[in-house]
Amino acid sequence: MMTKSEADLRQIFLDQVDLIPAGERISRCIQCGTCTGSCPVSYAMDISPRQLLAMFRAGEMEQIMKSRTIWICASCYACTTRCPSGIKITDIIYALKRTAIEKNMESVAPQVQRLARLFTENLMSYGRLHEGTLIRKYYMKTNMLKFIDLIPLARKMWKTKRLQPFPKRIKEQKSLARIIRKAQEIEMRHTKETLEYAPDFVGYRGLGELKLEQRKGE
Amino acid sequence: MTVKYAYYPGCSLEKNQRGYDASVREVFAALDQELIEIDDWNCCGATVYMSVKETVALAVSARNLALAEKMGLDIMAPCSSCFTVLSKTNRIMGSIPEMHKDVNEALAEGGLSYSGKTNVRHPLDILMNDVGLDAILQKVKRNLNGLKIAPYYGCQIVRPDKTFDDQENPMLMDRLFRKCGGEMVYYPMKVRCCGGMLMTTFEDTGLKLNRELLSCAQENGADVIVTTCPLCHFNLEAYQDKINSTFNTEFNIPILYFTQLLGIALGVPAKKLGFDALFIPVGQKVSSLTEVQYA
Repeated sequence: MMTKSEADLRQIFLDQVDLIPAGERISRCIQCGTCTGSCPVSYAMDISPRQLLAMFRAGEMEQIMKSRTIWICASCYACTTRCPSGIKITDIIYALKRTAIEKNMESVAPQVQRLARLFTENLMSYGRLHEGTLIRKYYMKTNMLKFIDLIPLARKMWKTKRLQPFPKRIKEQKSLARIIRKAQEIEMRHTKETLEYAPDFVGYRGLGELKLEQRKGE
Repeated sequence: MTVKYAYYPGCSLEKNQRGYDASVREVFAALDQELIEIDDWNCCGATVYMSVKETVALAVSARNLALAEKMGLDIMAPCSSCFTVLSKTNRIMGSIPEMHKDVNEALAEGGLSYSGKTNVRHPLDILMNDVGLDAILQKVKRNLNGLKIAPYYGCQIVRPDKTFDDQENPMLMDRLFRKCGGEMVYYPMKVRCCGGMLMTTFEDTGLKLNRELLSCAQENGADVIVTTCPLCHFNLEAYQDKINSTFNTEFNIPILYFTQLLGIALGVPAKKLGFDALFIPVGQKVSSLTEVQYA
């Protein structure tokens, strides 16, 4: 029997997996470890990609979400390309990141979430990324000393005319912001619908079932 | 024959990587390919947005696809991250009808819609597959004269899906520059990840990954590393000092965009290729090719 929060997490995650093309292939894992062997950062992970898939099958969602693994993945897709079962491991890790952010879970690497949030704010206000604003805000909130560390780099960029001092807005920034808000609304709509189906099982059950159930309900 | 492409520079090419932008424009002009910059394009969301909200990430990126669709042209995206994100958006919208509907519902708020017709292309793909190696070689004016080149493709232009080159051992840059007179060194790390944003979020790991890329090039005698991606370029170049001080190494390897090197071969005046934006001087061997000295 899973705890309530485990079951919730699993449901949110399964919903996300449903939205990945070929996401259901997660059930085909043969535990060969090709993913872990191909990953350039697996040495720095606490749970290897292979272990992560095994833990999902065993229903250890909370532990997965607490891991360093999901945040350190740089999404280079080496594992996805090589997986003999065609599992979309990188996209699955994205789904885990989204689940963690959605549930506002405490993370061993809060800086990644911080960066992701600042990035989205940046896009919302300007429509294009202004690296200067992003990096300044990021280090102000995570590590002031590092910010000072970056001054020589900023000077080099200034000298080579690579630093854009002020952010520029795109002309249609307001219309982009409307698109973003609408998309957020749509995403929320989905989340609400699906939470009613919190499952209580492990293994691979529940994969792809969501869409079926929803259709039945419609 | 002139072919037109909808040019999507992406945020980093606007200013930070202006050398890539300048050299892409010059190379395409030299080869009679017309680039029309997409008016009022927005950030593609990069790999970061995907971690937050999927529908939003797709809508943000699809706005650009919709703008290009109106122009009726293929998108040309030089940044590997933009290239992957835009392609991925196409793929997801194409294979999941619900997602297509949701994204279009969001786009409608901005008076746009996207039917899925825009092809996303990388300049390396366009140069080698549309323009063609023969046509390029006809316009080559300078021999690269045995310059030792480590071709670094990075991860995002060949993965996740098979795009225009082999996923484990891409060869387009190798073929291009060998024919231009360069010597391609053995570079088995050509598709190994540079860590991307890890340099900001997990600096230790980012530095280590890039040290490995640099030492592999150095051990194999490369004069330059040639790359296709702004993030790889920034990590390898701007952090070379820091890698040296962290690991007690003495790397001093110039990092060039493939379009900068191709621009030299095509006889484009060096000052137009954005070499003045490099942190690490290109060195004697490249300078001698261009007959212009770069300090």
